[in-house]
Amino acid sequence: MKAVDCQQIHKSFGEGETRIEVLRGVDFSAAPGELTFLVGPSGCGKTTLISVIAGLLDPDAGRVELFGQEVGKLGSRERILFRRRNLGFVFQQYNLLPSLTAAENAAVPLMAAGMARRKAVDRARALFVKLGIEAKADVYPSKLSGGQQQRVALARALVHEPRLIVCDEPTAALDHTTGEAVMDLLATAAVQPDRAVVVVTHDSRVFHFANSIAHMDDGAIVHMESGAHIPLAVFQ
Amino acid sequence: MNFVALRMLTGDRAKYLGLVFAIAFSTFLLENQTSIFAGIMIRTGNQIADVTDAEVWVMDPQTKYFDETKPLKDTDLTRVRGVEGVAWGVRMFKGMPVARTKTGNFYQCIVLGLDDATLVGVPRKMELGHWSRLREPQSIVVDKAGYMLLFPNEPFELGRTLEMNDQQVRIVGISDASAGFVSFPVIHARYSEAVKFQGRERSQMSYVLVHPQPGVTPEQLTKNITAATGLRARTSDEFRWDCIRFYLANTGIPVNFGITISIALIVGAVVAGQTFYLFTVENLKQFGALKAIGVTNLRLVGMILLQALTAGAVGFAIGTGLAAVFFEITAREVATRGLILPWYNVALTAVAIFSVIIVSSLLSIRRVLVLEPAAVFR
Repeated sequence: MKAVDCQQIHKSFGEGETRIEVLRGVDFSAAPGELTFLVGPSGCGKTTLISVIAGLLDPDAGRVELFGQEVGKLGSRERILFRRRNLGFVFQQYNLLPSLTAAENAAVPLMAAGMARRKAVDRARALFVKLGIEAKADVYPSKLSGGQQQRVALARALVHEPRLIVCDEPTAALDHTTGEAVMDLLATAAVQPDRAVVVVTHDSRVFHFANSIAHMDDGAIVHMESGAHIPLAVFQ
Repeated sequence: MNFVALRMLTGDRAKYLGLVFAIAFSTFLLENQTSIFAGIMIRTGNQIADVTDAEVWVMDPQTKYFDETKPLKDTDLTRVRGVEGVAWGVRMFKGMPVARTKTGNFYQCIVLGLDDATLVGVPRKMELGHWSRLREPQSIVVDKAGYMLLFPNEPFELGRTLEMNDQQVRIVGISDASAGFVSFPVIHARYSEAVKFQGRERSQMSYVLVHPQPGVTPEQLTKNITAATGLRARTSDEFRWDCIRFYLANTGIPVNFGITISIALIVGAVVAGQTFYLFTVENLKQFGALKAIGVTNLRLVGMILLQALTAGAVGFAIGTGLAAVFFEITAREVATRGLILPWYNVALTAVAIFSVIIVSSLLSIRRVLVLEPAAVFR
């Protein structure tokens, strides 16, 4: 079973003369146990596609299945609950809550699911040990470096053990070394046999972490590349 | 998620304190102004409330409030006493002569002349001396605030003399009479002597104070008296409200206080509302992230309401505390004695403040509800 299976996705914004078709019949899939990259120039529709995949945007046409569940058939509340259980997010700007400590930030998905705060924070702390940031558990985001903040964001995406992790430009705000470290963590800690990770990026320096890469341009997938880990040279 | 909501609220210290300060300031101003207004209005009838022996006041039909009276004829007393249901009726004089001290200090005073035989209407709460000494010749009881005006910075002492209309009188008691609308000294004397403190008029009797017979209600008695004599008869409560209504209708007090209260409400609403709205707008990215993570709209609404109510409760508590301290201090001052923070003003202010908070949080809620979770990727 595919983790993500998109067929003929169309999405446009605006009406009349201002109407822009952002996705033009996209077919895309991601397999469990793989790190799939979605790459392409700015404005090609990458972010819109992952928003549709994550159930944050409704496509105008086409079908999105996540682990065999057709997202479009879910009601509004069911979709929120599905997202809460099955998806983890890593954002470009981390989007950590500045008034919560790192461990509390990471525990938010568990608290949103109704887990008691103390128990949720304990779970987050245990994950921090795995991610090597246990010393930063009680530190506020403003006191963390960009790489540390992204690790906390990764912990937040992993803490509730989702089946799909969606990352939007996770290395865009980081220097090369830190970006490599974050991607390494993503490849080792996030990818599991029953979990897929989809990463939107145009940072070619980290392409070698990918198991497969979908190239997007002008609202469509123009090229799909698969392999265990794709050598950096292919993209240079 | 309540924990997250509260940490989001208090985490932004500057905005949180600004919000709490705006609500506290608005609460303080509202409670302060409404209570002073209520206190001043209550003062207009305090001399009526201080008379606890009689339930009904009889006056000329033209008399609208306590401070301005048209004298009754002496025969009116007998006519009132003859009305069915009247247990007893006694006369009362109210005048405003000027009192002078030996040092030359002088003040206009409110003189209440009480029935010589019964002393009905005498102040029962005394600071010094005993009211029964009013039976002594040329004696008066003066209220403590009046004493402090007439004899500033001097200790309470009986036996001091005042001169009113060439009549020399001796202070035999200092009462704790309630503050009147104007801060004139309140002097109690026997009727036969009080009428001499002011220039002689043909008729002197201001009021007849009446007590109903057992089984007759004051309200019924007022109707009987008006029907039988044509005079105006009011229960103590009715007469107090007459005074309040007169001042409301004939002075600029309600307009002035109304303006201040409106400004407090508008400023509080605008500042608190805008601050809270800005707080939400600046956290939209965070709310978007929470939406993407799977926090339901209902939960987000709950979080925003919790934030608004928490800021409101803290601000309201601080504002009410400040108002309580203010009235605790002013209650000790002679000029502002009797001004208190009534519970109903606190309740009304709470309704006003929390209405403002709910309205401003509705704007914030709307902004979060229409927020697309996909915006978090932009």
